[in-house]
Amino acid sequence: MSEHQYEPKSKIGKWFNDRLPMLTLADHLRSYPTPKNLNYWWTFGGILTFCLITQIITGIILAMHYIAHADLAFESVEHIMRDVNYGWLIRYVHANGASMFFLAVYIHIFRALYYGSYKAPREVIWIIGMIIYFLMMMTAFMGYVLPWGQMSFWGATVITNLFSAIPFFGESITNWLWGGFAVDNPTLTRFFSLHYLLPFLIFGLVILHIWALHIPGNNNPIGIDIKKPSNDTVPFHPYIVIKDLFALLIFLLIFAFFVFYSPNILGHADNYIEANPLVTPAHIVPEWYLLPFYAILRSVPDKLFGVIAMFLAIFVLIILPWLDTSKVRSAIFRPLYKQFYWFLVADVLILGYMGAMPAEGTYLMIARVATVYYFAHFLIILPLLGRKEKTMTIPLSITEPILGGMPNQSMTKNDQKFKD
Amino acid sequence: MSEKDKKDPNRRDFIITATATVGAVGAGAAVWPLIDQMNPDASVKALASTEVDVSNIQPGKSITVLWRGKPVFIKRRTKEEIEKARSVDLKELKHPEKDEERAKNPEWLVMLGICTHLGCVPLGDKGDYNGWFCPCHGSHYDTSGRIRKGPAPTNLEVPKYEFVNSNTIKIG
Repeated sequence: MSEHQYEPKSKIGKWFNDRLPMLTLADHLRSYPTPKNLNYWWTFGGILTFCLITQIITGIILAMHYIAHADLAFESVEHIMRDVNYGWLIRYVHANGASMFFLAVYIHIFRALYYGSYKAPREVIWIIGMIIYFLMMMTAFMGYVLPWGQMSFWGATVITNLFSAIPFFGESITNWLWGGFAVDNPTLTRFFSLHYLLPFLIFGLVILHIWALHIPGNNNPIGIDIKKPSNDTVPFHPYIVIKDLFALLIFLLIFAFFVFYSPNILGHADNYIEANPLVTPAHIVPEWYLLPFYAILRSVPDKLFGVIAMFLAIFVLIILPWLDTSKVRSAIFRPLYKQFYWFLVADVLILGYMGAMPAEGTYLMIARVATVYYFAHFLIILPLLGRKEKTMTIPLSITEPILGGMPNQSMTKNDQKFKD
Repeated sequence: MSEKDKKDPNRRDFIITATATVGAVGAGAAVWPLIDQMNPDASVKALASTEVDVSNIQPGKSITVLWRGKPVFIKRRTKEEIEKARSVDLKELKHPEKDEERAKNPEWLVMLGICTHLGCVPLGDKGDYNGWFCPCHGSHYDTSGRIRKGPAPTNLEVPKYEFVNSNTIKIG
């Protein structure tokens, strides 16, 4: 890596850099060679970093006004909405920000699935990413409990009761999680504590995620290994920075639409009713981003196996780099995988829809078929496809398909100029 | 000294193992309070029992009271409901329990109003068996609170309770 030879120009810069090489790091981030064919699906890493920082900043502010107590939490949220200056804005950004965060993370994950970004040598990036995703779900769940509305309370009850499915220790574990014999004030205060903690763990894991990414470098739409730096790469700044910022701008338009025009459309009206341990709302539904897993949980008629299936659905994602046996990364050169990829996208969307519907009759049957297909995709189709599929010829470099393998001198020259 | 160590490695091994063991026990002892602080505390445990006046409940009606933060159903059953609960063949049940065991005094059914699936509160006089129905994931319970249909694994739990006198039930 050439950037390690970086020398600061000023004397004081050199003095500091010799003691803590932060300027070397900054130079690495600036000149970091990225494939020049990255498309807009690659801008979601930057968008996600923005989402995390937005959630942390708005969250710290909300914590200044919120009171984590079963008798006061609901009122303090209304106090934020009505009395605190711009409290409505900060809370709506935080609440919708969670949904936008998940929207971006799902696009980011499905981009990795399409272009095979999880394959060697990027398995560790993928696994860290999946841990981040899991922590995101936990953080979002605990955050949803804090307003102490009906959905908060009963969502917390249903999710913590998942652990009661564990044989022998189930009851002691749930009592330990609750700090009592039901979801109550001790549960609320610990959820608040952990909801504040986990984003910082996620932040640390994001740094590891990016560090692990910078070892092999970015995957790219055609999924081949490229020489770095070379004619196939451009420096991160300004090329990728500008592209990421443009994508972020478009993303912010959608974000702002939700915050300013339909701030409650992704929530549930029941959560504006204060928690009541005696009455369960008629229709309990988790937030939209958890629905596919909820559908898997409900489609298994047995309590313990339903919980196991739900956790397995996440676990198969973690071991995905070893389930997909194909050496070819990008779906562009895998005609069969490309079709199965879109079947999986449809399958997850169907599961999400079924998770929002009552678990009975036709809905339940469809959810069951979709659950079986979800596992079949990862455990049967992917391992077999790697062995059976006839993949197309992979280009030798990013420029090769355009220049036909013949180094076109005038083009390369122009390219060099462009880089300077 | 180093020569002596080589001749007698067992002694060094023993010291290392003993140190590590003592260290592990010490670390465990230090971590335990950090874990145990999350368990139900003394003030929560202190609310162990509740006394309920049931003199106003008419046959066929039920009330819901809070005990240890959990809803408890107290139902005064009608003759038909008792009859229905007692005539069921135990082989039909997912979690076989006789109604006689669940309701010592057949007129009174006392049980936790918590679905054994994932903890929602079932609705009374509903479902395929005219007992309770959980709206969350569709579990049906009969007039004895026994699971008949749906994902819940066991019958609604009967807590420890006793009649203090003919009008008062003490739960817990």
